[in-house]
Amino acid sequence: MFQLFFLLSSGLFLGWSLGANDAANIFGTAVGTKMIQFRTAAIVGSIFVILGAVISGAGATETLGKLGAVNALPGAFTVALAAALTVLWMTRLKLPVSTSQSIVGAIIGWNLYANLPTDYSSLTKIVTTWVLCPLLSALFAFIFFFIFRFGVSRMRCSIIRLDAYTRLALIVVGAFGAYSLGANNIANVMGVFVPISPFETSEILSLSFSSAQKLFLLGGLAIAAGIITYSRKVMETVGSNLYKLSPVAALVVVLASSAVLFLFASESLEFWLASRGLPTFPLVPVSSSQAVVGAVIGIGLAKGGRNINFRILGKISVGWVTTPITSGLIAYILLFVVQNLFLMPVYN
Amino acid sequence: MSILFGKAKNIEAEIEQFFDKISEAGLIFSAGIKDYLEGDFEQFHSRIDDINKQEGEADNLRREIRYYLYTKMLIPESRGDVLGLLETSDNVIDTTKTVLSHFDIENPTIPDSLNSEFLKLTESAVSALSSLVKANRAFFKNSNIIHDYIHKVHFHEHEADRIEEKLKKIIFRSDDISSLAEKLQLRDFVTYISSLADDAEDVAERLSVYSIKRSI
Repeated sequence: MFQLFFLLSSGLFLGWSLGANDAANIFGTAVGTKMIQFRTAAIVGSIFVILGAVISGAGATETLGKLGAVNALPGAFTVALAAALTVLWMTRLKLPVSTSQSIVGAIIGWNLYANLPTDYSSLTKIVTTWVLCPLLSALFAFIFFFIFRFGVSRMRCSIIRLDAYTRLALIVVGAFGAYSLGANNIANVMGVFVPISPFETSEILSLSFSSAQKLFLLGGLAIAAGIITYSRKVMETVGSNLYKLSPVAALVVVLASSAVLFLFASESLEFWLASRGLPTFPLVPVSSSQAVVGAVIGIGLAKGGRNINFRILGKISVGWVTTPITSGLIAYILLFVVQNLFLMPVYN
Repeated sequence: MSILFGKAKNIEAEIEQFFDKISEAGLIFSAGIKDYLEGDFEQFHSRIDDINKQEGEADNLRREIRYYLYTKMLIPESRGDVLGLLETSDNVIDTTKTVLSHFDIENPTIPDSLNSEFLKLTESAVSALSSLVKANRAFFKNSNIIHDYIHKVHFHEHEADRIEEKLKKIIFRSDDISSLAEKLQLRDFVTYISSLADDAEDVAERLSVYSIKRSI
């Protein structure tokens, strides 16, 4: 049991750092500008991130599994550790980083170490989605901006009432954002452990609870722990420094980026679209930070294209390449160390 | 949340009442000046009592509103703005009260020949005030008409400035007013009345910034 927990710990650590960093994308502006209390944000965020992970986490996880199915628990531990270290290191260097990009690099590192082929169609699908994510988020924010502006001018409600509605909406949209984050990003945290899940399927109150879902619950708890213990600082930074948005614009940003994360995570939406002969969205873990940046740019464009920092876009696209390469290298080295120094089989 | 919306209704009513007080103070002010110029001092003194009452009630309302806004209602970004707006609007009431009490204390002698210009000045200053009240209401209702009213405040303030300058010239060139002391005193009274329009314009300036800030 202890060994099992130890081997899962790297994934849990990755989940913790995801919660600490990415919850700020959802509640950062609201908490940083004191529109909602941190306590409210932490409670709502934790509950919905766990729900999202357990209910809708399977889709994006499957895609990661196709990229490379890590088939030994020590291997999965090392892959998640490499991803976590990359995130930690790049955060220290103040470089934009996403757990999604880092875990993909680490999985490819494992494929190379285990001498197994990487599924290039999955890889192409994943990378295309990364590029699509901020673009789609910008488009959504652009559209939502005009809808909201029209709606607010039509509502004709007093500023006091509008503020009350905005607050309520920030909590509701925040809940949706947390759900989407859990659904889309749990794959990064627990995905590599799914093929070798140590848990068994069980039934509680006639609800089937798969072994993967138990992993997701554990990962969701780790994300929630990150939100509760460490995200406050990040939120206060985001809210007061990074981008100054009006409350309604902040709402649009969270809604647009959450919608994108949801699109790339929801199997039921995919099924619904497919059953109507519509094109579906690939289920791929994406970066919530990049979705937010995309949405902020979308708002900038809607306001007439002034004050847009295009350098930040360049930085992001560099990250698409450097993050996976870094984590791939770290994974390769660590796998070598674990196998030869600690004498644990990292692949079968 | 339902408590919150119930309170919102309450606070909205209180804000409306606060603006009613400002509007009423403007009307009393204008009537008071007219009474003074017509020599109806008994009526004038009752106007002073009225305006003191309005000012006191407005203060109480402002305090209640401030308490609610800070403890329960507005998102912090708007709080400072809204409070600043209420405080500066309150200055306008204070000015109406102060000017009338100056008349009461100093009892300036205003030659009949200047009556009509003094009335015009008062009318312009009070028009600036009442346009400001409308702009304030529009701001709280989140309405676009606010810009029309802000424009009107500016217009009336300019008009008051123009009359102020003209009146001062007449005062200093007039042979009816013999002593320099009287001229200086009358000049001050012209400035007092005109300052009401200036106060209104100050609030209008704030309002136009806030309304831009609030547009998404």
